[in-house]
Amino acid sequence: MTYSLREALVAFRRAPLLAGVSAAMIALSLFVVGLFGIVAFNIRKVIEGVEARGEVVAYLRDTASPADVQALRHELTGVAAVREVRYVSREEALQVAKEELSEFSAVFGSLDSNPLPASLEVRLKPNQKGPDVVRSVAQRIGANPAVEEVRYGNEWLDKVFLLRSVAATATGVLGAGFAVVAILIIGAAVRLAIFARREEIAIMQLVGATNWFIRKPFLLEGLMTGLLGGMLAALATWLSYSVLTNAVFTVVWIPDSWVVGGILTGGALGVVASWIAVRRHLRVA
Amino acid sequence: MISLLHVTKTYPRTGDAVADVSLTLNKGEFCFLTGHSGAGKSTIMRLIHMAERPTSGEVRVSGYSSTTIRPREIALLRRKIGYCFQDFRLLQDRTAAENVAFALEVTGAKPQVIRTKVPRLLAQVGLASKAEALPSQLSGGEQQRVAMARALVHEPLVVLADEPTGNLDERATRGIFDLLQHINQSGTAVLLATHNLELVRANPDVRVIELDHGRLVYDSAAEEVRS
Repeated sequence: MTYSLREALVAFRRAPLLAGVSAAMIALSLFVVGLFGIVAFNIRKVIEGVEARGEVVAYLRDTASPADVQALRHELTGVAAVREVRYVSREEALQVAKEELSEFSAVFGSLDSNPLPASLEVRLKPNQKGPDVVRSVAQRIGANPAVEEVRYGNEWLDKVFLLRSVAATATGVLGAGFAVVAILIIGAAVRLAIFARREEIAIMQLVGATNWFIRKPFLLEGLMTGLLGGMLAALATWLSYSVLTNAVFTVVWIPDSWVVGGILTGGALGVVASWIAVRRHLRVA
Repeated sequence: MISLLHVTKTYPRTGDAVADVSLTLNKGEFCFLTGHSGAGKSTIMRLIHMAERPTSGEVRVSGYSSTTIRPREIALLRRKIGYCFQDFRLLQDRTAAENVAFALEVTGAKPQVIRTKVPRLLAQVGLASKAEALPSQLSGGEQQRVAMARALVHEPLVVLADEPTGNLDERATRGIFDLLQHINQSGTAVLLATHNLELVRANPDVRVIELDHGRLVYDSAAEEVRS
């Protein structure tokens, strides 16, 4: 390993600009992914918060009879995902509204009649709070003629999912684009290193060095470039996070395992780029 | 130890470099390979070194066959073959000792082995006092001696010397030839490609194989058998 490591470091010294640009390109591609990582992680947190509430509210028609309501309650209690169904009468709803919205007490006091509908608050079991489950329960409730409207946070939950998929697509396209450019630049750096060492390589082949031994310094060079790029990306992502969270709004930093994964991805990108260049340009017997 | 069986090597642009050549080189043998420029001497060397594969026929070296050898085995085979060239092929930014050490280092030799082996090899080729000299500070003959020390690092079964005296004066040529004979006396076979007929004539006891336009036209060993 000492020989390979020494030669890989010599390659860095020989073309520092190219090595720097290679690392910067990997850093750029991973930085884009890192930013999305923050967005995705925070969206996930929000979704988890919504899921933790795990609540669907069915507003009942004024025309619904107690028997209709009782039948619906009975039906919902039988659904596997449902933990609890609670009936909130119109009077109770008004009472709650008066308590929670005390600043509007004058408005509530001047009402001739109670405008609030009765409702059923449906709580789901802890392991049944995924968006698909919530949606299917809500659809089932909504299909009942006694129900006027169902709410489960779908208005903005859908927007959050849309935002996540748009961000994922943009990140995928940009990240992949930068990754391809990074692979091309690392390939150029490795080609340059191969050219600079062509006489040594010829002698290594002459005296019986194995192909793996000949390739190793170049792969190591790619690995080091990639890891450096990964670390730069982690640093840039963290700086962006710091600026965002201090100046704009509070976001949550991504888990350490994601950071380590990103840096290792940089290393893997570097090795792949070198491998491609070495295979194409190092003619070993 | 080395056998070529009906070997033909054809290049797409230039045609047959070697045509239907069969020959055998035995363990510990010394042999001249002669012929005009382009006769196929270097191609024969490269085929034995497995840097080329025959278009047809088979090359066998030390138990390996050109038809079945794998890349990793080629590397191992080459450690049994020393190779010297007319242009020496030394690394110009490394000293004589470093050039020899390089061949050991890249084939995985341990540092203490390198430390003991390199001075011994340089002494064997008569360059003990020039270990720290760069190639540019050495004469042509001395550079060829460094190349030979490098060729001997793995105690090869055979040394392939491709026009090793082509760039040398008469005195240096004699010195290199003597060194090759000395190497041969210690049990290493030598295949010496040369178009220096004076050198060939001056050593009538040495086997001579002659190529012409890729074909084997004379083998003194076969002539002896015939006569």
